[in-house]
Amino acid sequence: MNKEWPIWEIFIRSKNGLDHRHVGSLHAADAEMAIQNARDVYTRRQEGVSIWVVESKHITASNPEKSGEYFEPAKDKVYRHPTFYKLPDELKHM
Amino acid sequence: MSDINKEALYDYLLLLGDNSMILGQRLGELCGHGPELETDIALTNISLDLFGQVRNYFQYAAEVVADGRTEDDIAMLRKEHEYKSSLLVEQPNTDFAYVIVRQNFFDHYHYMLLSKLVDSKDEQIVAVAKKSIKEVEYHLDFSSTWVKRLGDGTEESRQRMQDAVNELYRFTRELFKPTETEERMANLGIGADLPSMEEDYYKQLHALLEEATLEVPQGEVFQYGGKEGRHSEYMGYILTDFQFMQRAYPNMKW
Repeated sequence: MNKEWPIWEIFIRSKNGLDHRHVGSLHAADAEMAIQNARDVYTRRQEGVSIWVVESKHITASNPEKSGEYFEPAKDKVYRHPTFYKLPDELKHM
Repeated sequence: MSDINKEALYDYLLLLGDNSMILGQRLGELCGHGPELETDIALTNISLDLFGQVRNYFQYAAEVVADGRTEDDIAMLRKEHEYKSSLLVEQPNTDFAYVIVRQNFFDHYHYMLLSKLVDSKDEQIVAVAKKSIKEVEYHLDFSSTWVKRLGDGTEESRQRMQDAVNELYRFTRELFKPTETEERMANLGIGADLPSMEEDYYKQLHALLEEATLEVPQGEVFQYGGKEGRHSEYMGYILTDFQFMQRAYPNMKW
């Protein structure tokens, strides 16, 4: 039997209205404990107002060996950025 | 306020603070020794919450007594029999089950106590209670989930929890047996009426133990004395650690 607790990925929302962001990982035996541990480890300096936990094994990651074919083709496609539009002055925070 | 009530208020603030302080010290001993990194931080957080509360009580106590004593003097420079913490909180960190059961027995009481103190006639006590009760609500939540997890866990965890319950249960009733000061403060509407909380306390505690598949000890002989300065053999060792710097280097500043 593996005696180590499983690893959980922790996501914290720092303010209402903002997204949950990945802040790190920790060990916990179950989801409830993961939430409590996340509260104690990652929000002790007022970092958040909401916590999500996901057991790491449920996350599927892209293959690092394929990063060439996955990500590099986007490098020379500047026209995909909306930088050629002139924004009206009333629009801020774009 | 008459002098005699002032003295009682000072004494009452010490009663409130000492439980948190000695329990905080016990939890502090675990810093770096928790069973898991995450649990280590959780217990240290609780310890820091408790010490924060102690500072509030003792700053106020220093104000009440107004004879030049500071919060640090009150915390560090009393003799063993002048500390008014209950026997429960000075019990040792025998294993993680003891740590959790001691915490849970205290948290139930602490939460109920603060629920009363938010309606105290003393504004400063109300302010401290309002700030503390949110912290303590989490302590209770934390320790209760652990009681359930370990009680209703493996055979070994259940046995260890039952041992801890059997050992520590006899210290619970002291929390509800008022000292003369606590009676006086309750009558003035400043302090909590402890005996009126006892029934609810045991109802809640027993329900949790049952959910955790743990047995409530029967025919227990309850132990009293800490609140009146009669401590167990553990207290001297706690204070030796706790007071070391102030005793070795009087008036040192951190």
